[in-house]
Amino acid sequence: MITVLHHLLIIPILAPLLAGALQLFLAEQRVIRVACALGSVLVQAATALTLLYLTTDSMPHMWTEGVGVYAIGSWPAPFGIVLVVDRLSALMLVLTSMVALASLVYSLAYWDRVAPAFHSLFQFLLMGLNGAFLTGDLFNLFVFFEVLLAASYGLLLHGSGIGRVRASLHYITVNLVASFLFLIGIAMIYGMTGTLNMADLAGRITLLAPRDRALFASGAAILGVAFLIKAGTWPLNFWLPTTYTAASSPIGALFCLMTKVGVYAVLRVGTLLASGDEQTSFIDVGLFYGGAATIAYAVIGMLASHRLGRVVSFTVVASTGLLFMALGLRVTALTAPVMLYLVNSVLATSAFFMLNGLAQRTRTLRMREAADLAPLPDVTYVGFGVKQSADPLSPKDEVGVAIPAAMAFLGLAFVCSVLLVAGLPPLSGFLAKFALLRTALGQDSSAEISGYTWTFCAAVLASGLAALIALTRVGLRLFWAVRGRTTPRLRIIEVGPTAFLILLCLALTAGAGPVMTYLESAARSLHSPQVYIRVVHATQEATP
Amino acid sequence: MEFVVAMAIGVLTASGIWLILRPRTFQVILGLALLSYGVNLFIFAMGRLVTDRPPIILDGALSSSDYADPVPQALVLTAIVISFATTALFLVLLLAARGLTGTDHVDGKEPDA
Repeated sequence: MITVLHHLLIIPILAPLLAGALQLFLAEQRVIRVACALGSVLVQAATALTLLYLTTDSMPHMWTEGVGVYAIGSWPAPFGIVLVVDRLSALMLVLTSMVALASLVYSLAYWDRVAPAFHSLFQFLLMGLNGAFLTGDLFNLFVFFEVLLAASYGLLLHGSGIGRVRASLHYITVNLVASFLFLIGIAMIYGMTGTLNMADLAGRITLLAPRDRALFASGAAILGVAFLIKAGTWPLNFWLPTTYTAASSPIGALFCLMTKVGVYAVLRVGTLLASGDEQTSFIDVGLFYGGAATIAYAVIGMLASHRLGRVVSFTVVASTGLLFMALGLRVTALTAPVMLYLVNSVLATSAFFMLNGLAQRTRTLRMREAADLAPLPDVTYVGFGVKQSADPLSPKDEVGVAIPAAMAFLGLAFVCSVLLVAGLPPLSGFLAKFALLRTALGQDSSAEISGYTWTFCAAVLASGLAALIALTRVGLRLFWAVRGRTTPRLRIIEVGPTAFLILLCLALTAGAGPVMTYLESAARSLHSPQVYIRVVHATQEATP
Repeated sequence: MEFVVAMAIGVLTASGIWLILRPRTFQVILGLALLSYGVNLFIFAMGRLVTDRPPIILDGALSSSDYADPVPQALVLTAIVISFATTALFLVLLLAARGLTGTDHVDGKEPDA
């Protein structure tokens, strides 16, 4: 039993890899493809939940203090690649599998039939995400970043159309350049320390000669810039709103998670490097101002946008800015609320992207837009030599059976999502923002509250207010303006996932106590990386 | 040798950056290719420049100048494969954009004169 559990760490990477590869050969039978995809996502969800359970110290004899390590090929730590799961990784894995499940089921209604390789790319994207959250090696992190980016290029183009091709051109260029920066950063760090293992790295920083320190710090800074580009921090994020708006709705939901991979990388690498180096305060100041500028950009963007998809894209930008601002405050106690806010914003914005896809159907399209958005399925099907699927619903058939009270559902889901994104009571968005503000203000109650803290509080409130104004305005036009609108026909497999994500947020609200306890222990282990480092080094003794 | 390698990396990177800032998609893809060469050489150089040494530790090799560091070579291989694949994808996209928009401008439309 224990040996089986030890191999659990590799499953979130293997399951989507095998499923994705298998689906390439099953292009003809849609039923098998769908079963494969659903099975893989369910396996990932079960694995992620088990890992989450294991990191709560429920089996203390197996993992010490909630950190599990898996040496691939039984090569000991600094020489081989290790997978490490701690509480933050487990949390991100669960979040990934939940969003993936919702997005996959949603896409079964229409989007997976637009092009043949959809399911494979979807699985490879999940593989990249899971791998990036699990790996304990810097170069391996780069490889998994590339896996998820390569899959995301394909998925962004999914559905074709001029808008998507134009957005992809910018998205791919920016991300390729970011990858080069990533490589330069890794190479400099390797050149200075001679290791790529994150835990080993943290130990070697203190041993660096003083003349090498500046070069190491610039390497780390270049790496940080690469992460910030992926996360979408101003001024490196002008590609983001256009790209996210152009993506089809289930893919947009997954993309919300991808910006948070950048945030995760900053958290993971940042805390490990900071443990060995006291001179990292310039990075925090940079994060703070970068986050503040990102929020300002997002607020202006939200207020200037008129379409729901674009407003939601800017709320994604705003949430990234808020996370970086909070991290830049350099207050250890803020890490747990930061994670709560991260989970909440991913779930809420993903639900919002799906909702956007449904709500767009109330619009009776003007001809030009319709021509821009219309997919070109025939070209890709012919290109891949795949016969058109003989489904009763042809790919052009985006509408389905009307479920009663479609408008009521749309309205209710919209209100819930707005409350979650803007951070208004009674839902978890409010709890997360309240926890952020309370921790920031309560931190130095004896001393003077610093200008940084006040700026942070102002930014939290301003971004919430802007989101509320912009979304209310769009909502009024979507649901109350009668002209040019029809009652949409929705299918239950589209409504279900959207509701599922919102219900997860409700569960987060109801269970905020236990969740916060878990997040606080996750934050504790992040800020005392000695355990992480010790466990990774222990693979040396464990291997014969 | 250090000077020549450093010059090569510098020139490749500088030309690459200039090209990706140009308005035509073909210039951008050439710029990305040059940048990737520059970056690959840089990774290689980060394993220290050693001539005439095997990338394994032989008996009696004690100092780092007795062998070439094999790790950057492995990293470069991975990086080459990845950048090659993404460049190929970008090439397809470039053609698709040319076909759909009728222009090779990176924004998908000609700037207003």
